[in-house]
Amino acid sequence: MTDATGRPRTVLVLGGGSDIGLAITHALVGRGARGVVLAARDTARLDAPAAALRAAGAAVETIEFDAEQVDTHEDVVAQAFERARALTGDVDIAILAFGLLDQATVLEEPPATAGHVAMVNFAGVVSSGLAVAQQMAAQGHGTIVVLSSLAGQRARPSLLPYAAAKAGVDAFGDGLDEALLGTGVRVMTVRPGWVRSKMTADRRSAPFATSTERVASDVLRGLDRGSRVVWSPGVIRLVGAIIHYLPRPLFRLLLGSR
Amino acid sequence: MSTGDPSNGTRRRLTGWGGTAPSVATVVHPATRGDARAAFEAAGPRGLIARGLGRAYGDAAQNGGGMVLATAGLNGTALTAIGPIDGPRATITVGGGASLEAIQRAVLRTGWSLPVLPGTRHVTIGGAIASDVHGKNHHVDGSFGAHVEAFTLQPPAGDPIVVTRASDAALFEATTGGMGLTGVVLAATLRLMKVETRLMRVHNQRTADLDATMRALVEADATHRYSVAWLDLASTRARGRGIVTAADHARAAEAPAVGLLDEPSLWRATVPPVVPMNLVRRAGVSLFNAAWFRRPLPSEALAPIESYMAPLDALGAWNRLYGPRGLVQYQCALPAGEEAVLRAIVEAITHAPAVPALSVLKRFGPGNGAPLSFPIEGWTLAVDFPAGDPALGASLDTLDEHVAAAGGRVYFAKDARMRAEMVPLMYPRIDEWRATQARIDPAGVLTSDLDRRLHLTAASTRSAR
Repeated sequence: MTDATGRPRTVLVLGGGSDIGLAITHALVGRGARGVVLAARDTARLDAPAAALRAAGAAVETIEFDAEQVDTHEDVVAQAFERARALTGDVDIAILAFGLLDQATVLEEPPATAGHVAMVNFAGVVSSGLAVAQQMAAQGHGTIVVLSSLAGQRARPSLLPYAAAKAGVDAFGDGLDEALLGTGVRVMTVRPGWVRSKMTADRRSAPFATSTERVASDVLRGLDRGSRVVWSPGVIRLVGAIIHYLPRPLFRLLLGSR
Repeated sequence: MSTGDPSNGTRRRLTGWGGTAPSVATVVHPATRGDARAAFEAAGPRGLIARGLGRAYGDAAQNGGGMVLATAGLNGTALTAIGPIDGPRATITVGGGASLEAIQRAVLRTGWSLPVLPGTRHVTIGGAIASDVHGKNHHVDGSFGAHVEAFTLQPPAGDPIVVTRASDAALFEATTGGMGLTGVVLAATLRLMKVETRLMRVHNQRTADLDATMRALVEADATHRYSVAWLDLASTRARGRGIVTAADHARAAEAPAVGLLDEPSLWRATVPPVVPMNLVRRAGVSLFNAAWFRRPLPSEALAPIESYMAPLDALGAWNRLYGPRGLVQYQCALPAGEEAVLRAIVEAITHAPAVPALSVLKRFGPGNGAPLSFPIEGWTLAVDFPAGDPALGASLDTLDEHVAAAGGRVYFAKDARMRAEMVPLMYPRIDEWRATQARIDPAGVLTSDLDRRLHLTAASTRSAR
């Protein structure tokens, strides 16, 4: 359990290869977490992150998890919780960090690719999020960290499937927290701005770009405060509000200017 | 439908007195002894723990996802009954959910008192046994368990068992200080002591620094039955200065002659439920401590038993002052001869960023034979900190290591943060306790958040290293 001084003992990362997910996990291990379960589609790609976490002092297990295969999530998540208990105990914090970023513009993108992005980024979060919520409610405590995005505040054409899915994820995170009232389980929705990571390596940076470490420290502060929503960096809370409410002609101008 | 029926249970978010590390459990209120047994039968894979008045500071009486048997919830049941006093034998038999306050109220008017009273009266008998609580007279009278003659224990399966030192010494001692993990205490027979009045004769002494405080406690213990020191650790300039209060029960001849055993009218107030933030800040604590240290202090005075034993009971729900993030109390014991470690710990606390809001020092007499009982001969220091500081966990871990290396230990009843690997170092007889616990609970039904965190029971060790 997360102890009296706010230190979780055991962390589960769905999307165990995600740079942001791993940065948050390293920050939690730095604060005293002892057990980490990393879940990803290709477990071979978890070797390096697992080794890094072990070097930081955590016991690590890896497990295969395919975000798109929603039928498998209930079982895979149950197994992940079992592994965590064998390692160090109940899962105190689960980070839903997986996600795809599609590359093409709307008229050029194969529709199936856009569908996969929506499946992974939205349907995968809904089903695995529910599976985690049910496991945590059964243990009477836990925190789910859902990675949303500033992009979900208003879908812009160049990121349409991704942004639309993140808008759904954002609504899901907010609603799930409300639905779990009284179960001992909390949901924290994280809305990072443009984060420099391997997902965005071949893309042009945006204003207020931030680092995975910065997102991690903002997430830890949010956990300490019991926040339901965390913006990272904090200043993009304002950006989010502006782009959300901006009349469409002005939004178009803003996008066109870049 | 009986109230022990789990279908009648309610899902509730529970914390200890510190208000930290919450979890949600199904809480059932047993009205009869049979209800306790029925609850065990209905407990699921997350097991069951009994909960009294919730005054353990940490996670001892909570059980996330499992069942919590609330023994103190209902008045007028077998679990809260306070039996007649057996005068010739100087004992009383009470329900496991009866509070020390209710028992004291019943026995004091006829000139009896419980021989061990901790820093609050809002503790059940089950809780007092499970934590083997101690009072300011530990150096003379030992801990609570020393005054228990027998108890009735509901094990996870089968009929209730009456346990005495003669009938099953291992189980008696595993239950004393066993954090409720050997069963539910349904009733207990306790020894009482005679008092002539409801008053204490209290001697106050200001001390300039930690060494002077320790010297004054040693001197007080030679001549007084009760002693304790309040310490000012909130500023480095205070150097562990404090106030030592030593006391004895006032004899009838020392007290005003009228109404010697009448209930005193005590000042009481309660902190309202909405305190949106921690009000315990360093500047305020330093100022308060300085004023408290310098307040007019009679060198000798008469005080009601309640005020001397449990001064904080006068302010109901005082834990709310720490705001929604709560408080952590760190209470450790150090063997006699390890005064240098005590000084180093006090030094570390004084210089750490966390605010040591309330600090209390006391000497312990010899410990008893119970494997998980906290007191050992030497010193005990208890310090309250606001829980919100992210650096607190790591700095208390460091203190744990100093305490364990010196042969000391941390008190489970106050803990919600210690790491499991410290337990065998601090409580070297843990394996002996585990064997007895596994004998009474082979299926591993009894568990709590504390047990899952510290891996006390053998069953919790199996499920997670």
